[in-house]
Amino acid sequence: MTQGFLAKNPSVLIFLAALALFTLAVTLLSHAYGVSFLSTSFVKTLGKTLCLCLIALAMDLVWGYAGILSLGHFAFFGLGGYMIGMWLMYARTEEIVVQALSGAPLPPTPEEIVSGIGTQIFGVVGGSEIPWVWSFAHSLPLQLMLVVLVPGLLALAFGWLAFRSRVTGVYLSILTQAMTLALALYLFQNDSGLRGNNGLSGLQNMPGQGAVTQDQLSVWFLWASALALGLGYLLCAWVVSGKFGSVIRAIRDDEQRVRFLGYSVESYKLAVFTLTAIIAAIAGALYYPQAGIINPAELAPIASIYLAVWVAIGGRGRLYGAVIGAAFVSLLSSWFTGGRAPSINLGFYTVNWVDWWLILLGLAFVLVTLFAPQGIGGLFDLWQGAKHPKRRGAPLGPDDGSFQEKEAVE
Amino acid sequence: MSALLEVSGVSVTFDGFRAINNLSFNIAAQELRAIIGPNGAGKTTFMDIVTGKTRPDEGSVTFGERSVSLLSLSEAQIARAGVGRKFQRPTVFEDQSVFDNLMMALKKPRGPLAVLMFRASKGDARKVRDLAEEVGLGDQLERKSGELSHGQKQWLEIGMLLAQEPRLLLVDEPAAGMTLAEREHTTALLVEMAKTRAVVVVEHDMDFVRRLDCKVTVLHEGSVLAEGTLDHVTKNPSVIEVYLGRG
Amino acid sequence: MRLFLSILAALFLALPAVAQGTPAAQILADNRALVEKSSRQTIGPVIEALASSGDPAAAAILAAWADRGLGLHDDGRFLLISEAEAGWALRDLSGAEAGQAAKGEVKQLRPNSGVRGLIATALVQFQLADPDPARRSEALASIARDPSPDHLEPLRVAMAKASDPAMARLERLLTLRFDPDSAARVAAIESFGADLGLDLRAALNPLVGTRRIAVAGGAPEGENLAASLTPGKEITREAAYDLLVTADLAPARLTEADQRATLIENIDNGSVAGIPVAALDNRAERDRAYTALEAEGRAPAAATEDEVSAALAAHSFHDVYAEPDPAVTEAAEAALARIGLKVGAMQAADLSLDALSLASIYFLAAIGLAITFGVMRVINMAHGEFIMMGAYTGYVVQQVVADRTLSILLALPLAFLVTFAAGVAMERLVIRHLYKRPLETLLATFGISIALQQLAKNIFGTQARPLTSPGWLDGALVFNDVVSISYIRIAIFALALVFLGVFLFIMKRTRLGLEVRAVTQNPSMAASMGINPDRINMLTFGLGSGIAGIAGVAIGLFAKVTSELGSDYIVQSFMTVVVGGVGNIWGTLAGALMIGGMQKGIEWLNPSNTLAAQTYMIIFIIIFIQFRPRGIIALKGRAAGD
Repeated sequence: MTQGFLAKNPSVLIFLAALALFTLAVTLLSHAYGVSFLSTSFVKTLGKTLCLCLIALAMDLVWGYAGILSLGHFAFFGLGGYMIGMWLMYARTEEIVVQALSGAPLPPTPEEIVSGIGTQIFGVVGGSEIPWVWSFAHSLPLQLMLVVLVPGLLALAFGWLAFRSRVTGVYLSILTQAMTLALALYLFQNDSGLRGNNGLSGLQNMPGQGAVTQDQLSVWFLWASALALGLGYLLCAWVVSGKFGSVIRAIRDDEQRVRFLGYSVESYKLAVFTLTAIIAAIAGALYYPQAGIINPAELAPIASIYLAVWVAIGGRGRLYGAVIGAAFVSLLSSWFTGGRAPSINLGFYTVNWVDWWLILLGLAFVLVTLFAPQGIGGLFDLWQGAKHPKRRGAPLGPDDGSFQEKEAVE
Repeated sequence: MSALLEVSGVSVTFDGFRAINNLSFNIAAQELRAIIGPNGAGKTTFMDIVTGKTRPDEGSVTFGERSVSLLSLSEAQIARAGVGRKFQRPTVFEDQSVFDNLMMALKKPRGPLAVLMFRASKGDARKVRDLAEEVGLGDQLERKSGELSHGQKQWLEIGMLLAQEPRLLLVDEPAAGMTLAEREHTTALLVEMAKTRAVVVVEHDMDFVRRLDCKVTVLHEGSVLAEGTLDHVTKNPSVIEVYLGRG
Repeated sequence: MRLFLSILAALFLALPAVAQGTPAAQILADNRALVEKSSRQTIGPVIEALASSGDPAAAAILAAWADRGLGLHDDGRFLLISEAEAGWALRDLSGAEAGQAAKGEVKQLRPNSGVRGLIATALVQFQLADPDPARRSEALASIARDPSPDHLEPLRVAMAKASDPAMARLERLLTLRFDPDSAARVAAIESFGADLGLDLRAALNPLVGTRRIAVAGGAPEGENLAASLTPGKEITREAAYDLLVTADLAPARLTEADQRATLIENIDNGSVAGIPVAALDNRAERDRAYTALEAEGRAPAAATEDEVSAALAAHSFHDVYAEPDPAVTEAAEAALARIGLKVGAMQAADLSLDALSLASIYFLAAIGLAITFGVMRVINMAHGEFIMMGAYTGYVVQQVVADRTLSILLALPLAFLVTFAAGVAMERLVIRHLYKRPLETLLATFGISIALQQLAKNIFGTQARPLTSPGWLDGALVFNDVVSISYIRIAIFALALVFLGVFLFIMKRTRLGLEVRAVTQNPSMAASMGINPDRINMLTFGLGSGIAGIAGVAIGLFAKVTSELGSDYIVQSFMTVVVGGVGNIWGTLAGALMIGGMQKGIEWLNPSNTLAAQTYMIIFIIIFIQFRPRGIIALKGRAAGD
């Protein structure tokens, strides 16, 4: 069956090959394993970009295919990051504390170590007790499970509530945005147990791998991110290729009709929402060790909207479109805002891209929405000469009024 | 006569407007029935109630030999229980091929996991092809359904209904906007379908109803005004007054 | 030399005459030694005598004395002195100019703080009897700030002469705290009833202050007990034992730090009491080692659990009022309970006012959105930026027009025009092409939103710009010490009401409203009747945006105007519209009231944490949507559509 699947979806093979080639190239150009052409921080940027591509895939699945414009997937991304960050920070601090206490005349008791870790981690928020949310932080396997479980269960609970009451369209978008905002505000509090607005830091250090340099780590994480992206792409492509994909696209276009076909639309939406939340969480868990720090601002609703922007610019409803969009826009964004883009001198005014990039992005986005709803991915169609039914800008859904009551109530 | 669908004492009110008023009637397991009535008579609302889109304020709707109440089921559950609905305007999934549309409708387990793992067997593909032949779309399987003509979309939708293998079929104005030839094809399809299941046709077009040659129920202001053959009901003075007189 | 002596003699003879000029001078002269080396113990009668001398200058002399403005001339005269260019400027004790003197000639009197306190107390009665009401109330205020038993007497004396309500109130406040007669204090407490004054609560609270004591045996005699505490119930065993340790009634328990220190002291050749150091990495081993040290007598015995229990059993623990008189504490507790009840009711009223004003803000922010979202089903993510544009318009107008009132009056219509134009432009250029694609409208307007935000940042910078309200909006309408509302919030409330009225008027009474409703309900039918839906959509959108601009001016008056002003309100605005029910102005009102009320309510339950309040409110809204997916005021039936 898999053979048939790949044969039917040549783009998957092309994508995987491109990804492998990219990873190999970056490795060979890296500081640690190659010719030192790329700086370590740039390798990290590329690794982070791969994670962003992965969450963009999730977004494309939930929005481009199932039609749920979630403005909350960055919340799951952030939660994934927090979950792995707790272990990284705890284990790293434990090393430091054990190191510090080893100089003492008496060997430390476990209680002394724990209280030392508590003071180290929570000193900034004026505490020393380790909150209950950190109960599993000492164990990598448990915390890895939480990476999947916490965002997954949150998505399940939220999705169950939202879909059950048939909240759809823009209402759902606003509701997901509210969820993200609530989560971010919650994490901003000092008594959330996650260090309030300080967030978690020092995540770039791998506990137990003191001998490994950041140069090497950056490449390792690039590999891990590439692997996750490859597997995520395979999974998404498999999900959308079969009848399941057919059903969720049908839900996107006309969910009432799908109900009358006997499909329980709510379960499908919930399944897709939760699956993509988990993918987002995994992406986040790989992203933040490369970023080194996570704080609640990362979960702000605006981040999730940017995610939608990437996918829209890349071209939704096609997986490679999402990847291209995320990579293109986020790299371009860091190029412009990093101050590396040359300023344009207009004589009377100098356009400084740090200030003007967001305006450019915003307007470009409006233009894409208006004139190129297929996004960058649409270029591939032109290139292939593939013909799509001419819609003259009509929406993908059914004609207006398929379900409008025609027997008007006078 | 054992009824497949039994509607009794159903009323529903929208914002003070009584769309359905104490409506009761039965439909047998293999029966072709036409429902006619002027605008606002409650024809569409009746279909909404049976398919679970609208919940009535009172009354009961039972279905099948075991008299399952449809009122506590969701739309999807009702559809799975064997009630199919065809909309007035063809609603097919325009972005997907005829084959995919039919495959989706094919009677198979509908749970997300089962669907995720589903891969079409040779038998399934053959069944889809047969259905396409039956509704006259045998050579259109790979086309996107959005590219089909209006009539073809209607047939595709009927094909999808057939694929669902429903026991009761609710059809809303099937002949609207069709050419004469397309109408004849549609009539034949409906009569053929009614041999193995119950088919309820909601229609405005008297000519089309006459062609169906079946029992007719006239709705007016949300309740049954008359029932019988077309000739019988057209002679009913109150029917003439409220419906035919206006048209 | 003779000449000098004779002058000296003359001066000496003249001195008594001058000194005897006023009673105050006489008193000072009589008590010269006491005054020169004044001390708290001895000076009392002198001050008393001065104060009651009846000398009109007595108050000035006392004040000067306390301020180091009294000097003793070498010739024995007391003089009022003040710094001058060369030494001291002198005035005699009746206040008349008396020339100048070199620094060395006059000794400045420097009373210590105890003496100054006595003088201040004596001065009180002068101030209280001052003919100038401002001076009088100043004196009362200074007493109220720092009340002491000494003030009671002068206050009563002053009251006997001329009383006013403020003075009488202060007298009662002092009575209930300092009067030696218990019955008088109780009467004073009860005379207040459930008065809401903060001064009363400040006076009562010290009376019911308690301290926690541990005593051997049963309840102590002669103490005014507030409560007796049983270890393990009202007080934890640890806290109880700590009390005993603090009171030196029991030996300290062994802390981990002490244990560790003792063990480290006794490390002997890599082991402690025979246990190798490396093994001491857990509590059990450390306890074992310490017990071994104890047995060898090398460590102090630590209290064991049994000893702790015995010690706790042998003592009793009490909360004791600092105030010894039970009648007074009882009356004070009762009065505080009465006040607490009333304060609670008043706080509820205050909270409702707060909630109402917050609701008006949300209503203002949401009403424009209710029009664009509710009537046209268009999601405008840039709505918040229109609010921001309105606020910045207000700011720019204030830069040009200095008069605050005029500038606000100009800013309101101008903000409407600016955002109306922006709204119409946006509708023509973008939204028109995206009708019936709500999700894409959301995204496109989001693009506009980030561009506008950044543009505002580029133009106005990131720091907050002030939008100052006119002077007559400063201050607050104060009902009592608990309930008050600032005028600016009242103005916003009024503005919200005006908007509601204007909106209803436009929708129900004008041609535009009729056409808007027609287009909302059935665009094609409306078009066939000669209404141009394009024009109506454009105007509706412009109207919604314009109202956002006006709301921006109002919000800018109390919030900082930054480029992020809009995004702070956008989610709440959407919530207001969604919770209230789409397409219905009353729904928006209900939504604003509910969200405002909820937020204040949660803040009241958890006052330390407004972030938590917002979190819980959003969670509540998500759950609320479960039960009323179409909002509080839902359009029913078919009109609601899908």
